[in-house]
Amino acid sequence: MSTANSTAKTSHNPRLAVILSILLAGLGQLYNRRYVKGILFIILEVSFILTLGSFLNTGIWGLRTLGTLQGVDNSVFLLIYGLISVILIAFFIVLYVANVKDAKRDAIRLRDGEKTPTFKEAARNVWDTGFPYFFVTPGLVMLAFIVILPLMFTIALAFTDYTQYNQPPRNLLNWIGFDNFTRLFFETGGAGNNIWQDTFISVFTWTIVWTVVATTLQIGLGLFLALLVNDPRIKFKRTIRTILILPWAVPAFVTILVFAAMFNDRFGAINTDILAMFDLAIPWLQDPFWTRIALIMIQTWLGFPFVFALFTGILQSISKDWYEAADVDGASRFQKFRNITLPHVLYATAPLLIMQYAGNFNNFNIIYLFNEGGPAVRGQNAGGTDILISWVYDLTFELNQYSMAAAITLILGLIVTGFAFYQFRKTRSFKEEGNI
Amino acid sequence: MSKKAKSNIEVTLIYLFLAFMAVVIGYPLLWTVGMSLNPGTSLYSAQLIPENWSLVHYKWLFTDPSSDYLTWYKNSVMVAIANAFFSVVITSFVAYAFSRYKFTGRKYGLYAFLLLQMFPALMAMVAIYLLLNMIGLLDSLVGLTLIYIGGQIPFNAWLVKGYFDTIPKELDEAARIDGAGHLGVFFKIMLPLAKPILGVVALFNFMAPFVDFLLPRIILRNPDNFTLALGLFNFISNQFDNNFTRFAAGSILIAVPIALVYLFSQRYLISGLTAGGTKG
Repeated sequence: MSTANSTAKTSHNPRLAVILSILLAGLGQLYNRRYVKGILFIILEVSFILTLGSFLNTGIWGLRTLGTLQGVDNSVFLLIYGLISVILIAFFIVLYVANVKDAKRDAIRLRDGEKTPTFKEAARNVWDTGFPYFFVTPGLVMLAFIVILPLMFTIALAFTDYTQYNQPPRNLLNWIGFDNFTRLFFETGGAGNNIWQDTFISVFTWTIVWTVVATTLQIGLGLFLALLVNDPRIKFKRTIRTILILPWAVPAFVTILVFAAMFNDRFGAINTDILAMFDLAIPWLQDPFWTRIALIMIQTWLGFPFVFALFTGILQSISKDWYEAADVDGASRFQKFRNITLPHVLYATAPLLIMQYAGNFNNFNIIYLFNEGGPAVRGQNAGGTDILISWVYDLTFELNQYSMAAAITLILGLIVTGFAFYQFRKTRSFKEEGNI
Repeated sequence: MSKKAKSNIEVTLIYLFLAFMAVVIGYPLLWTVGMSLNPGTSLYSAQLIPENWSLVHYKWLFTDPSSDYLTWYKNSVMVAIANAFFSVVITSFVAYAFSRYKFTGRKYGLYAFLLLQMFPALMAMVAIYLLLNMIGLLDSLVGLTLIYIGGQIPFNAWLVKGYFDTIPKELDEAARIDGAGHLGVFFKIMLPLAKPILGVVALFNFMAPFVDFLLPRIILRNPDNFTLALGLFNFISNQFDNNFTRFAAGSILIAVPIALVYLFSQRYLISGLTAGGTKG
């Protein structure tokens, strides 16, 4: 059964190679007479099992039970170890499948009488096929630990009973299924603190109103100003554009805090300097209605410049021919806007505009910095202007209702996923996916 | 009314509206400047145009022994530089692989990036806090930088990948015929041609530590480790009307350089976002 220069089929059996490599990574490769590779795989697998075996074992046990000895086992750490184990095992499975596939491929080559590559050729081959993996690995590892693991942890937390009265390491956590969600949706008013449903409904509806109104206003104002400044009769365009873009250039946390001071009921400039002229004083920070109005105005102020800059670029790129043709046809100004300008602008920027909505949906900064979600409202455990994300922050860092916060986070995540799916459909990069 | 007169009225109305916008934009910004020049510290007695204006708050920030302002500036700059550098390196690696190679998991990886970039970091805060605590990087600038670098990958990898896709593949092939390998193509073709978008990524990541206060607030405890945004926030979060003028002075000193950078590079930033984000 010589491999040299033989093109005839040999009796080498791919199925045997597959079975061997399933039994122990590397065995199949040895059978394929790829000795260096085979030994390398065996060493990898054995060392993986020896070094991580007990860690994985404890991890999975911890994930399943969340600890059994009160005061000794720390459920939170066990949960994290468990999730790390899951990620490592997933990684291991991917490598193992690759090993089996590799053994099969080599065995088929061998059977068909192809020459066994030399070590140098094989190394070259590994470099070529493995290159993209080498390149994504640093990013992927960071992503796994900094983004994916924390998200998995949050999801897991939503199904436990981690509250301010039940905190590790003093107490153990338990898996409680969908109880948190049931309470959130169905637990209505009554004795004690049964206020989840009321709070959830009022926060959720305000989140939607806030997202739609604030974002639409900022896009509308941005578009309107872009059209005005783009008018050929307007001079000093550069200066005007620079001024209009200023709110975007100044760091938002500074301007929001400045606005918070300006809207201060007693000392703020809005009440003492401007509204005093009309003998008015509005309780900007005390009355939820007025706080909401203030927030929407501030967000419009903060958000329109980006849209303005975006649209200005697009407007300049629309060919004049369109408008000339429309003039010949006697189109009105509104018709030109409706049928030429708007489609052009929206086509080019739709994904970025969706991002604006998604951004405001999760706009924690403005809600928290302006009035910390307040003013407080009777009968609910969120402030009058809290949106879902700032409510999550309060529940986590102020009230220590970790599990409930995680459950709300999960709902948030599902909504955000909806935004993302819309993006998938819109983004052109995806349509060109096939032709690499 | 003649056509000309009508047009003149229109132009006047447009200018009036733009002037109104200029006032609305300018007022809070100038008000902040006015506040920072008030000698007192309280918001109540402060005036928009102070009668006896002084630079006492600016002086306090830089010279007073109890002021950590310079330390915060130094911290922010260090985090910013590390964040900008490593983000560009890691992101361009990932983007190159996704733009030019076929490999298992590529398509789902792209989906995952698009999805993950929508998730605000806040959603994972508890776990990030616990993780940093476990590896002993809580209350450290290294930990903060690591979180920044990891968190920016989905958004920026997507952005840079979109830009790489616009670089013609014929260039790679030509370079390969000339003997360039995987790394050769990356360093000699992709990186030089993608400078604009890499500049955008570097700039965004450089700015992040200056304008973000949430992550530092959760991770950092010791005032010696604060970044600017967190330090300034603490000026007013404790006793609101006591340190507002000082906050205003400190804010102006970071807002002005950042605003200048944005104003000078805005065309660049916006075109980078539209090119990478939508056209691909």
